[in-house]
Amino acid sequence: MSMMVETKSTVTQSLLEQLQKHSGKIAFIPDAEIVSAIRHLEEKGIPNNKHEDYKYCNVEAYIRKEFKSIEQTFNEVTNADIAPHKLEEAINIVVLNGTYNETLSEKIIVKGITVKALNELSTNEKSLIATQAKSDVDALIALNTAFSSNGLFLQIEKSNIVPMPIHIIYVNSNNASVLVNSRSFIYAQQCAEATLVESFVNIGTAKVFSNYVSEKLLDENAKLTCFTYQNEGPLSYSVNTNQAKVSRYANYTNTTITLSGQLVRNNHNVELASDYCEAHLNGLFITNGTQLVDNHTLIDHQMPNCESNELYKGIAKDKSIGVFNGKIYVRKDAQKTNAYQSSKNILLSDDATINTKPQLEIYADDVKCSHGTSTGKVDEEALFYLKARGIGDTSARKLLLQAFAQELIDKVELDSLKEKILLEFEKAL
Amino acid sequence: MISIKNLKASIGEKEILRGINLEVKAGEVHAIMGPNGSGKSTLSSVLAGREDYDVTEGEVTFNGKNLLDMSPEDRAREGLFLAFQYPVEIPGVSNVNFLRTALNEIRAYHGQEEMPAKDFLALVKEKSKLVELDSKLASRSVNEGFSGGEKKRNEIFQMAMLNPKLAILDETDSGLDIDALRIVANGVNKLKSKDNATILITHYQRLLDYIVPDFVHILYKGRIVKSGGKELALELEAKGYDEIKKEFEITD
Repeated sequence: MSMMVETKSTVTQSLLEQLQKHSGKIAFIPDAEIVSAIRHLEEKGIPNNKHEDYKYCNVEAYIRKEFKSIEQTFNEVTNADIAPHKLEEAINIVVLNGTYNETLSEKIIVKGITVKALNELSTNEKSLIATQAKSDVDALIALNTAFSSNGLFLQIEKSNIVPMPIHIIYVNSNNASVLVNSRSFIYAQQCAEATLVESFVNIGTAKVFSNYVSEKLLDENAKLTCFTYQNEGPLSYSVNTNQAKVSRYANYTNTTITLSGQLVRNNHNVELASDYCEAHLNGLFITNGTQLVDNHTLIDHQMPNCESNELYKGIAKDKSIGVFNGKIYVRKDAQKTNAYQSSKNILLSDDATINTKPQLEIYADDVKCSHGTSTGKVDEEALFYLKARGIGDTSARKLLLQAFAQELIDKVELDSLKEKILLEFEKAL
Repeated sequence: MISIKNLKASIGEKEILRGINLEVKAGEVHAIMGPNGSGKSTLSSVLAGREDYDVTEGEVTFNGKNLLDMSPEDRAREGLFLAFQYPVEIPGVSNVNFLRTALNEIRAYHGQEEMPAKDFLALVKEKSKLVELDSKLASRSVNEGFSGGEKKRNEIFQMAMLNPKLAILDETDSGLDIDALRIVANGVNKLKSKDNATILITHYQRLLDYIVPDFVHILYKGRIVKSGGKELALELEAKGYDEIKKEFEITD
């Protein structure tokens, strides 16, 4: 047993040492916060399967096996490398290897938004960082807080309705094994409204572990509609923590489409912190090979009259694993809560696995909460019906899987992104 | 067109078809009638290639080819069409997309090019009129939220689109009111030609007032026990199935 403990801490310790060797000064997080983050990280250690929230997602083992030594070296990236990942109807902003890159980003042609590197923030802006994602909650947030690069700050100013979507492209370009701690803060001020796309791409040539943390703050009456598009390829291992706080009358939506990545762990944590606000979390994933896609959601209903909806769908092929764990807290004060959750999955092989777990913790007595989960194979009756009309097995299955996913793909409001997703989804089938 | 010889099929341990013999030629309409549980739907399922049944004996030749060796999709591509007793709802797949895929896969099987989109849409328009199907239904998900009558009309619409050689209508009359029955029957009659054939599977004589068969067969306990002309259906209607049951009770 003592051997085990030693090995565990060794992984965290070795990672810490290596990162410390490469890291520069982080100007946007107070030193005290960094010291405490490192302490939390050392105490908790990189999560493994003994940790309840990481039962199916042994991050420590991935790091031990695939990221023994990290070099932190990157290829240069030009506009031409980025071009295929841009969305034509959006303002494209690039975060390269965890750092906001102004040269590769497009000019901000609309009024009322601020885009800055995290180390260029004013004192007021700086005071927001790390207020949402807390180091004591999750060792990977602590890891990010301690070592994050110069990420992105995006603010949509009061009462501004941004007329076009904002697209943040997180690009990795490493040529040796790296660990990137990417960080962003998205702030929608009072009555502001914006559509945000966050794409995750990897144009590097070696394995990368990306530890993303995005803090999202919505003031009163703000509306933030987010689309997360994850298609980083087989060299990529990522943990993506979205920590959102939603204020009175505000509306937060996040639709996450995951089409590739050897490991993709998504933590979508939402605090419904005031009354009459709402959150909608949707997700679609397709996994193949030995991929693991693990979606964890936590919706914390703190105040009365709020609403939350979750719809997750997954398709698992080969020996891949998909996870949906949806936790809903309804606190004592959160009367008249409406919370719905649904997770539907299709297994395409006998060796594929889907783990789903709805977790409802309700402490208020006047609430409407429901959840449903199903995992099965392609509907045989429907399959036979299609075949009986002359449609071959492969295309019949494809039609049914596309139909299964359509509900989520249809949530994507940007035509160019939707087309891209449809194309890539079909390839993944 | 189709020649069925001593066809036996079972589901699990239970033998349901116990030696069916049937010969259908181009231009003919055959009705297969029988009480519940006689094997009517099993026969249509086995012919369409549903995998739940084991064919234990017999052979089926369809236009000179061994039908039982073919996959369900190849049977359809060869010109066999089953109008389902319970059409399946497929949320997320539009009727139009479904039919375009089906039509083009059938064309590809015969070495033909894909149908141009314009021609396809014109065909949808023309054929949906045949069964008085609202063209809006064509863009909706396959059978999703359709009424019973709409589902059955949709089956005949698909039949019109795919233009099969042999159509097997499995209890297409069940659950239809008299107006819907008339529309469906009209559609089937208009699609009839000297080059195609129809097998009507039904419990009631009612449908045969609208689609007049050349031959009527009575299926009982997995065998065709009596064959005749259209008057046999009327006789059956008058006497009821009890008479048949008495006459052909199989003790086993």
